[in-house]
Amino acid sequence: MFGLIDNSKIFSITSKAPKYVFFVFVIVLSIGLLEALVLSPEDYIQSHSVRIMYVHVPSAWISIGIFFLIGILSIGSVIFKNKIFSIIAKSLAPSGLVFNIIALVTGSIWGKPTWGTWWAWDSRITSMLILCLFYILYILSWRIIDDKNKLNKITSLIGILGLINIPIIKFSVDWWSTLHQPSSVRLLEKTTIHSSMLVPLALMTAAFALFSLLIFLMKYNTELIKIKNKGLDRL
Amino acid sequence: MIQEFFLMNGYGVYVWSAFSFTLVSFSVLYLIVKTQYAKEKKRFNAKFNSLSYDRQKLAKNQQTHREVLLDISASKI
Repeated sequence: MFGLIDNSKIFSITSKAPKYVFFVFVIVLSIGLLEALVLSPEDYIQSHSVRIMYVHVPSAWISIGIFFLIGILSIGSVIFKNKIFSIIAKSLAPSGLVFNIIALVTGSIWGKPTWGTWWAWDSRITSMLILCLFYILYILSWRIIDDKNKLNKITSLIGILGLINIPIIKFSVDWWSTLHQPSSVRLLEKTTIHSSMLVPLALMTAAFALFSLLIFLMKYNTELIKIKNKGLDRL
Repeated sequence: MIQEFFLMNGYGVYVWSAFSFTLVSFSVLYLIVKTQYAKEKKRFNAKFNSLSYDRQKLAKNQQTHREVLLDISASKI
């Protein structure tokens, strides 16, 4: 089924897309930063420190979302035995790791003025740290394993095992008593954030999603050229 | 007014460091990925130019190689 995917057509689209994505990203990020740092109000309890939410929350959402995709693609790779799944998953990983690190670091910075500590072995924070370890393990596997058959099996296994951690991150604040607050933005229920804060949060999330798309496209193109480079050897 | 904007009621150091860390991380990742992309394109170009005329012709006839070559020549402009 997936054998019909034409790499040349994909490349002709993905090689042209980054410049347009970059352009839209800069515009959305600029508006998002203006909203987050200037126009949005301060919180009545947390004061201006609440602004950290506009970089912390989107980073956490996107890093979790990317690993979820890596997990699904790993399952696809095992079932359909098609290289395209692992190439897409591999290209997604670097931006996922960076967003994970941003979420941990900005969370730590936010923790100091609100909780009085840089770090706590809280269930949400610890499960995010475990996600970071899965990302590192996944990226390292691609770098250090030479045997192609082993590589596909091991990276897929890491992707699938890491998938188990995703619901743990999501429900950790409900299952255990934690310092971390429960979700304020819900897809199926009414959100508890005022629109004046929801708008910058949505804009920053859109900007971060565009950035991860940009990095993915550039990384995916790099991987395709690497394959074509090997193809030239076989000519 | 400007001082107030930067100090943010004493929370400025936390807010600005969080935003700075994010933007610096973005820039570093973007530069690393862009460098890798450029390096791989350069390697492809060098390998392609080292091929014999017949093999170059053969590679040009393959759709994917043609797309990569088109992208390389476009990015030179």
